[in-house]
Amino acid sequence: MKFGIVVFPGSNCDRDMQDALQNDLGKEVIMLWHKDEDLSMFTTDDCIVLPGGFSYGDYLRCGAIARFSPMMKSVIAFAEKGGKVLGVCNGFQILCESHLLPGVLLPNAHQQFVCNNSYIINSTGGKALKIPVAHGDGRYFASDELLDELEANDQVIFRYCDSLGTIDKQFNPNGSLRNIAGIRNKQGNVFGMMPHPERASSSSLSNVDGLDVFRILGMN
Amino acid sequence: MEVTVKIAEELRLTAEEFELIKQKLGRTPNFTELCAFSGMWSEHCSYKNSIKWLKTLPRDGGRMLVAAGEENAGLMDMGNGFGVVFKIESHNHPSAIEPFQGAATGVGGIQRDIFTMGARPIASLNSLRFGNINDAKTKRLLSGVVKGIGHYGNCFGVPTVGGEIYFEECYHTNPLVNAMSVGIVKVGKTISATAEGLGNPVFFVGSATGKDGIGGASFASANITEDSAEDLPAVQVGDPFQEKKLLEACLEVIDTGAVVGMQDMGAAGIICSTAEMSAKGGVGMHIDLDKVPTRQKNMKAWELLLSESQERMLIVVEKGKEGAVLKVFEKWDLPCSEIGHVTGDGLLKFYMHGNLEAEIPAYELVLGGGAPQYTRDYKEPAYLQKVAAFDTNSIKDVTDLEATAEQIIQIPNIANKRWVTVQYDSTVGAANAGTNAPSDAAVVLAKGTGKALAMTTDCNGRYVFADPYKGAMIAVAEAARNIVCSGGDPIGVTNCLNFGNPYNPEVYYQFVKAVTGMGDACRKFNTPVTGGNVSFYNQHPEGAVYPTPTIGMVGIIDDMQYRMTLDFKNEGDAIILIGEQQNDIASSEYLHKLRGVEFSPAPHFDIDEEFAVQKFVSSLIHSKLISSAHDISEGGLAVTLLEKGFNRELGFDVAANTDLRKDAFWFGEAQSRVVVSCNQEQVEQIRQRAASANIPVTILGTVTGGYIKVNGESWNNTLSWKEKYNTAIENILNA
Repeated sequence: MKFGIVVFPGSNCDRDMQDALQNDLGKEVIMLWHKDEDLSMFTTDDCIVLPGGFSYGDYLRCGAIARFSPMMKSVIAFAEKGGKVLGVCNGFQILCESHLLPGVLLPNAHQQFVCNNSYIINSTGGKALKIPVAHGDGRYFASDELLDELEANDQVIFRYCDSLGTIDKQFNPNGSLRNIAGIRNKQGNVFGMMPHPERASSSSLSNVDGLDVFRILGMN
Repeated sequence: MEVTVKIAEELRLTAEEFELIKQKLGRTPNFTELCAFSGMWSEHCSYKNSIKWLKTLPRDGGRMLVAAGEENAGLMDMGNGFGVVFKIESHNHPSAIEPFQGAATGVGGIQRDIFTMGARPIASLNSLRFGNINDAKTKRLLSGVVKGIGHYGNCFGVPTVGGEIYFEECYHTNPLVNAMSVGIVKVGKTISATAEGLGNPVFFVGSATGKDGIGGASFASANITEDSAEDLPAVQVGDPFQEKKLLEACLEVIDTGAVVGMQDMGAAGIICSTAEMSAKGGVGMHIDLDKVPTRQKNMKAWELLLSESQERMLIVVEKGKEGAVLKVFEKWDLPCSEIGHVTGDGLLKFYMHGNLEAEIPAYELVLGGGAPQYTRDYKEPAYLQKVAAFDTNSIKDVTDLEATAEQIIQIPNIANKRWVTVQYDSTVGAANAGTNAPSDAAVVLAKGTGKALAMTTDCNGRYVFADPYKGAMIAVAEAARNIVCSGGDPIGVTNCLNFGNPYNPEVYYQFVKAVTGMGDACRKFNTPVTGGNVSFYNQHPEGAVYPTPTIGMVGIIDDMQYRMTLDFKNEGDAIILIGEQQNDIASSEYLHKLRGVEFSPAPHFDIDEEFAVQKFVSSLIHSKLISSAHDISEGGLAVTLLEKGFNRELGFDVAANTDLRKDAFWFGEAQSRVVVSCNQEQVEQIRQRAASANIPVTILGTVTGGYIKVNGESWNNTLSWKEKYNTAIENILNA
């Protein structure tokens, strides 16, 4: 399984993702420029990553312009063929704007940027994972019907919790509905999450919980 | 318009300086030329009132790869073929007027200083000073500054890893916003801010030029010319997305090998970058101002020269290689225009609509060239007599230690600053080793170099106010101590000298003594001053700010296995104080905030003692004898012990066997003390080593599983202290 990382002009987690995938997970990585559109070197077994950052400045809605980039058109087609796509932070926002994932990401409930170590837990259980968040617009929002549907289809992959795995509003850094930190599409090939696993994948940072995130997503 | 001395004075030039300009040109300057001199001979660009004393600082040696002031930022050798580039700069005045944009553009400006040299910024720090935190104005300024720093830094994508914040009344009108950036570059790949090669084209890159920030460096006056200067925004507006593109494009364009020299446009915009690059290369430039992309129509020549629009660079390119340069900037969708070329006559010639608008020898504009340098008078400030008159015996010792400690841990200067720090992206770059393992200094992995960097900003302005010479030494010493306690080897300093009005002899006394103390301390620690910035005029009608010579220091950690953290590790570990307890409460947070004493001397400090303590701590770390090290600073020993417990929610059981005052023992801020913890088996060896190195050590007690006991009395548990420490500032700001 090889990875492609899309570089938008305002991406700032592209190199971090590259480091984590290449050095910590030993994967082959190809960097993709937003103005290009060629994804012919990838098969549907591979994964395209939309990294964090501020794609085109995000002065409009986060990810609203990135959606229309040449590379994103190819990524949308790639996802529709069943190829894997992972969006982290700004990448998650772009996936929602592109309608590859349902729902929207609104400004944080407290109206402030937030950067800290958050704990998240996978819907199938396991231990709480300490993963940094860093965003101003991470409050996942959708209608009750859609949220019920996501839960019924097991599409909520991560929720905010405490270090013991207790899911509660007080451990939610942005006020997202139902403590949602990450979701996937119904087909199970497109994933989006606000926390940054690539910032927690190296023992030199005293935290390798991010490797568990990649494992849970089937990307290890 | 006829240029007169009156106009010169309105542009903040003196009558003498106006005469000097006429002499140098051999004629009366026109208005555009006068504006150029006004910007370039401003305090900000010329250092005219400070350079004489700055030259007394140790400005070369050690690992320095360029001498101080030679380039936009300091450059030091990291080993393994890499260099570290770093600098600190103030954005005090803009932040006082418009905190959000003022702070944001401060962050943007300092990043450009780093990448204009070809280095990739890897970490930011900031040193902030505000008035009383309970005051509505302070809350507004704090909120705006923090949002501004976050807005710019988070988008630009460099982690904010450290810094400091103090709240003191003297900063009420004049907040201080000092931003520092640290970058990495391959040795030999740096780009110089110089213009060379006759006929080489000069490119203007980045954002279009508008009327924002005109006169930021020199005159904040709206009545310069009635038809054009009205309603000028005094503060520049930042665009971090543009800067992010500029960063990537500039680093790529350097790789093409086509770049001769590059300089960012900060204070005094085009005139400053053209003058400094030309003067440095001993050349001139022919510039066609019509080719500068503008945001507004009908901008005048002087406006174009002085505009401080952000995110702009001036690049001199090797003739014939223009195509490679244009291709990179096209890839990043950045405007890039050839606006002129290098000439051999040393003259800056600016043309507009075919007319020669200004003609000035570049040399005459710049520091080290024609810019004036002044020797200012100074005299000992009267208040220092009140400082000297302080008598510790006039203060009754504390009776209730625990209640006092509870107050101290919640003083905003001491309490957790997380309300601020969570608004900064501190983890982008995946290199901040402090996120999960805190140290006294920030520790950042320098990816690709095999090493890490320890970095810190430090300055307790009250110590400098109490004793400018000793206080500045303490700022250097504390910075070095923080780096040593993190396992680093201090290598160099950048400074941001925030003072009041230099024409006030008492303020200038503070400046002279502080610079002298800083120089002496930097020589002792072998940390040359690589550059920095002077910010005078932090003054309001009631007086000046505390003299605040902020020290930004960088250290190297050659091997991460010798990196040290500050927190207690295991229950049962021994707690050892290194250094000597003093009967000293002078200038402490305790004395100032709880006992209301405004004037007292700087705390105990002896530079040789400090140096010996640091060497000793460093040797313990490198011998792997200790598992934590945290220095004693604001709040004294009690705060140090509590802070050591917070991360792992461990406690301590300690006792004091002493004749000293209780307040001095627990809350005094005497310097040169570090609290370490270690496995009990190491205690004897540490004791022996200390004896042979002649360093005083005291076994204070042991680490507990979470309860706190002092002199046999129970002080509740770490969790309850942590809660108070964590929420003190939030409770004030969210009230």
